[in-house]
Amino acid sequence: MTAYLLRRLLYAVPILIGVNLLTFALFFLVNTPDDMARLHLGVKRVTPEAVVKWKAERGYDKPLLVNAGAAGLAKVSDTIFFEKSLAMFAFEFGASDDGRDIAEAIRTRMWPSLAIALPTFVIGLLVNITVALILLFFRRTYVEWTGVVALVAMMSVSGLFYIIGGQFLFAKVWQLAPISGYQDGINAARFVWLPILIGVVGGIGAGARWYRTLFLEEAGKDYVRTARAKGLTETRVLFRHILKNGMVPILTGAVAVFPLLFMGSLIMESFFGIPGLGSYTIDAINAQDFAIVRAMVFLGAVLYIAGLILTDVSYTLVDPRVRLQ
Amino acid sequence: MSLVVKDLRVEIATGERRLIPVDGVSIEVAANECVVLLGESGCGKSLTALALMRLLPDGAGIADGDALLDGESLFDLPERAMRAVRGGRLAMIFQEPMTSLNPVLTIGQQIEESLTLHRDLRGEQLAVEVRRLLAAVGLPGERLSAYPSQLSGGQRQRALIAMMLAGEPSVLIADEPTTALDVTVQAQILRLLKDLQRQRGMGLLLITHDLDVARDMADRVAVMYAGQIVEWTTRERLYGSPMHPYTRRLFQVLPSAVRRGDRLVQISGRVPPPDAQIVGCRFADRCSDAIEACRADAQGLREVAPGHWLRCGRVGSASPLPEVKPEAGEGRPAAGLTDRLATPVLELRDLAVHFPIRKGLFQRVAGHVKAVDGVSLAIHAGETLALVGESGCGKTTLARAALRLIEPTGGQVLLSGEDIGRLDGEALRRKRTAMQIVFQDPFSSLNPRMRVGDIIAEGLAALRPDLDAARRAARVADLLDRVGLPRDAAGRYPHEFSGGQRQRVAIARALAVEPRLLICDEPTSALDVSVQAQILNLLADLQREQGLAYLFITHNLPVVAYLADRVAVMYQGRIVEEGEAGALLSAPTHEYTRMLLNSAPGRGPA
Amino acid sequence: MMPVLLWTDGLIFLLVAGLAGFVFVVRRHEHLAAPWRRVAGDPVGMAAAVLLLCFTGIAVLDSLHFRPALPAGPGGDKLGGEIQYAPEVKSLLDRALAPLIEHQEKSYSAPFASRLFIREAITLADGRTVRDFPRLQYGGAALADPDAGRAGDILVRAAAGLAGGLAVWLLLAWALRRPLRRSAARGTILYTLLAVCLIVGALAALAPHYHVFGTDKVGQDVLYATLKSIRTGVLIGALTTLITLPLAIGLGVSAGYFGGRVDDVVQYLYTTLNAIPGVLLIAAAVLMMQTQLETHPDWFETGAERADLRLLFLCMILGMTNWTGLARLLRGETLKVRELDYVVAARAFGVSNTRILLRHILPNVQHIVLISVVMDFSGLVLAEAVLSYVGVGVDPGMMSFGNMINGARLELAREPVVWWQLVAAFAFMFVLVLSANLFADSVRDALDPRSRGRS
Repeated sequence: MTAYLLRRLLYAVPILIGVNLLTFALFFLVNTPDDMARLHLGVKRVTPEAVVKWKAERGYDKPLLVNAGAAGLAKVSDTIFFEKSLAMFAFEFGASDDGRDIAEAIRTRMWPSLAIALPTFVIGLLVNITVALILLFFRRTYVEWTGVVALVAMMSVSGLFYIIGGQFLFAKVWQLAPISGYQDGINAARFVWLPILIGVVGGIGAGARWYRTLFLEEAGKDYVRTARAKGLTETRVLFRHILKNGMVPILTGAVAVFPLLFMGSLIMESFFGIPGLGSYTIDAINAQDFAIVRAMVFLGAVLYIAGLILTDVSYTLVDPRVRLQ
Repeated sequence: MSLVVKDLRVEIATGERRLIPVDGVSIEVAANECVVLLGESGCGKSLTALALMRLLPDGAGIADGDALLDGESLFDLPERAMRAVRGGRLAMIFQEPMTSLNPVLTIGQQIEESLTLHRDLRGEQLAVEVRRLLAAVGLPGERLSAYPSQLSGGQRQRALIAMMLAGEPSVLIADEPTTALDVTVQAQILRLLKDLQRQRGMGLLLITHDLDVARDMADRVAVMYAGQIVEWTTRERLYGSPMHPYTRRLFQVLPSAVRRGDRLVQISGRVPPPDAQIVGCRFADRCSDAIEACRADAQGLREVAPGHWLRCGRVGSASPLPEVKPEAGEGRPAAGLTDRLATPVLELRDLAVHFPIRKGLFQRVAGHVKAVDGVSLAIHAGETLALVGESGCGKTTLARAALRLIEPTGGQVLLSGEDIGRLDGEALRRKRTAMQIVFQDPFSSLNPRMRVGDIIAEGLAALRPDLDAARRAARVADLLDRVGLPRDAAGRYPHEFSGGQRQRVAIARALAVEPRLLICDEPTSALDVSVQAQILNLLADLQREQGLAYLFITHNLPVVAYLADRVAVMYQGRIVEEGEAGALLSAPTHEYTRMLLNSAPGRGPA
Repeated sequence: MMPVLLWTDGLIFLLVAGLAGFVFVVRRHEHLAAPWRRVAGDPVGMAAAVLLLCFTGIAVLDSLHFRPALPAGPGGDKLGGEIQYAPEVKSLLDRALAPLIEHQEKSYSAPFASRLFIREAITLADGRTVRDFPRLQYGGAALADPDAGRAGDILVRAAAGLAGGLAVWLLLAWALRRPLRRSAARGTILYTLLAVCLIVGALAALAPHYHVFGTDKVGQDVLYATLKSIRTGVLIGALTTLITLPLAIGLGVSAGYFGGRVDDVVQYLYTTLNAIPGVLLIAAAVLMMQTQLETHPDWFETGAERADLRLLFLCMILGMTNWTGLARLLRGETLKVRELDYVVAARAFGVSNTRILLRHILPNVQHIVLISVVMDFSGLVLAEAVLSYVGVGVDPGMMSFGNMINGARLELAREPVVWWQLVAAFAFMFVLVLSANLFADSVRDALDPRSRGRS
């Protein structure tokens, strides 16, 4: 088990390097720092001096891969690749293009993101499982048919509609929640309940449908027939046998996305003015702040890999068939 | 009487069609009695059992009839009361031990569940009873905390039996409980079932397709055909003097040492589909003794002798049933005819296939699974060598390594004296005409997206590029003739054919490139015995006509006794015993061979 | 006029041709046709298919582009006899909707309104100036008294439109009686067609005289914008898959079939791509693409070409990030298929790997490709809206559901609320996505052997 985990961690290294190289290529090779500078300073009426100055301020004036002018180790270390890309392995994200520390921003913005993402995730999981189980329990009745149709319809509604509609109704028309904003501590509840509600409702369509498929697949297996042959009630077959097996893929799937909750929700946060990592990312994209986008890409990749490893571990915990070596 | 079934009728509604897979089945199971429901696949025997449990799959329902358990009508019970019966007084075990247990609950938990439900046991009493049940089915007590994935197939089947014994059933239904298991394990499980039945005085309704298993287990036997019981009597009468033409044919199609050299009797035609509208006898179209009355009049189950019931129009009619004579075979070349001094078609020398086991941080090779561990064999032209062994002994790996589909780790593969172990690319491809393979599963061995003609021509296209399309088509037509399929089969897709016909296609495909050796990997074990006879006859004909050599991989000893010239017994990757078929089967020397032979069913009641 | 073939036009025609070819092949092979016959017998699936066909039809009409000839100059002198073409690219759909384009108001107006939504200073005939809602230039222009006669006028026109729609439907039903004769879903197909005919009839009768969905900030007809958005949505859904397929099939199947190093590399590729959060990867790529387009104005002649190029790149980027899911599925399925006896038999004949892949593996994993294509379509349509909102979607000048929503969402803050733009965009998107989802379900049920017997 330990050996397995170590191996998975080692396997993460080439992936992170790959992510790193890919972002480096996207951000520095396809577009040169000169392009970036011109983009920021306005394409027209830009003087070469202004470009040079912009680059120098942000450390983009160095060579990309090899610094021929420097001596010794600095040949490689005094380059954009080393300072901007490799440094991320030490979680040194540097400063954003407008000069603020990215790592600091991530540390403070993480909490509002979690305040929304975590409850949305947990409540959503419970609600979706419940809905899926109810549909399974009422198999071949009108409840099931109506429910499935409703789920498909809910799934076909744009996520933006849930947010815009929810915000309009609850915050603007009924004034049950502030339209946007955020406060720390206990006051946060006032601001987060609506985004959480919208997030949960918006996720039911796809989520509950997926879980229903998983449960249905389990319900068709031989051991369910064995359980019935034992004389168990349908409720017990459903909860003890089908649910327990169906939970294996659900739980491990949930564990996989769990670390990514830190990244927050892009759209929700920006609509409700939550100062989390999601709105941070969106603002960076809109401001074309490549330093922040790069940092978030790397952070996302690290969390994704953490999720993969956690999934494997959780499999050994919930599924007796899986033994890692 | 513990269980009495009267005129059970099961219907399946699919769209507009109404199928009746079980049509008027009546049987009874007394206390301390084993009744065997015997029939070929699709005859409705499993549905009968599921109907008794009221666990029919979606779409199927009980249309008519009654089932009395200790005098109480099962079909009238409300569902709640039926649940108390299920797993209580009436329990059932299933065919697939691999999937029939809940993978995320321990064996103990699954047994406890039944005990709490049906006997209301708790705490210490419960723990004691679980251990007692485990002991009763021959599982060590510490196994109760094991998950199903940690048990072997036989152990899982024992666990399932323990679970179903928890409610102290008065009748236990066992639906093909050993079909998925190896012969030696099958013998153990059957013995266990028989012992449990006797100790507990319970009724056992055993469902099987295997005449030999039935002979070992049954007190009374019901033979089922196309949804109906055609003969119902004691074991002694059925095996001593079978009366129904279908039953008699079933005995005749079985291969055995006695029939060596003879053609097996074949049952012509196919089982009628469950939606066929048949007034008279359902077997009439395949019955050589049928008279006009058989087809015209409905045939009921009548008692023709005390305790012997029969559904046949010829009994009591003016002309009694004629005796069936086995067809005289044209004989096969005696084993002595093959020239042992000539170069063998295929020779394996110290063939080894090892799979590495990787461990640790850097996946270093920590050891090897020796799937095939130094096997030497020789097969001559016109000869059949049977390779006998249980699942996991390495026989399939051996076949694939001989064909160079898996790279051997060591040893030599000599084809007519030439080592093909070193050949590569084009040179190896040219050698592939010499040796072909026929598989066990007739459903996965044919690509469902290709026409039968293209399937047969595949080898020709790859290995005989000199043939043009017209000559290929002519070859395909010729091959279809030879394996006994109609010529228009070439334009059709595999799903339109039955299992036996598909196996013929697979044989034609292999024969297309005119091999000298055919590796048959359990070619009949997925087929019903009546179809098995047809395929075995076909293989024998082809060998006589073309001097083919067969490497016949099987676990079925009667087939070996009927077919093989020589036998090699494989165990844990090695050949433990090899010799002339007759001699080896009658006087085995190796411990394992003896155990195999002793495990084979059909030696009479235990 | 001069026909113009934009990049995406070419691809959409290619796609339609490919689809026609696929249908042709399927019809000739019974084992391929059987599952599709199940789809054809499924009422819900067929209703969805009818709607999808309507949407696709609009998208195709909107893809037949041309540049109209300019009227000859004064005095009829043509420059060297050459005809001059307008700089803006039009489509057949634009021509059909010409009244909608021409009927541009000053600013917002509500659906069926005859007056502007906002007050303006109006100079009356007697020279006084009052602030009031001015009459629309086109909406309800035929009315003498815009406030009293409006409801009656709308009803009359709508009734005429419905009657026309009914007549068209009767013709259609008569024309389709043969192909539909033995379809189990005949009733549903005809009812869906009836609904479509009635709606189109009513719209066609009303749209030239009223702004059925109102007008937006610059006075453009919202119905027109919505219809134009359909092409963008359909294109994103369809083209992305077209780009995804070769990658996913090539890499997924070869990873599963060859195993070993190939498998390692492919797995590494898709794990790495998956590791990057989807929106960020797309955002990064789109930002890069944007700067590329900024710095290469020579790549396109007209604004339409620029927007088109950007759409094409967006599809490519989505395709690059989207292939991993299908590739993983195909890898798993190929691993199973390659162990089947018929593949082993083919290898025993020494059949080449290419031939095994083409004759044995691909035909037996194709159902997974088909299922995934139809399943992904709706997700991509929805994704376009989100991406456009984030600012990394289609060209801001291109009409799309995302841009419509993005442009309209701030209007919810107005008092009174301007709701029609949002509602129109969401409603059309909902119908498109819902029919795609229902059709996908029907296809999956018919093609996926695992879902058989499940309701």
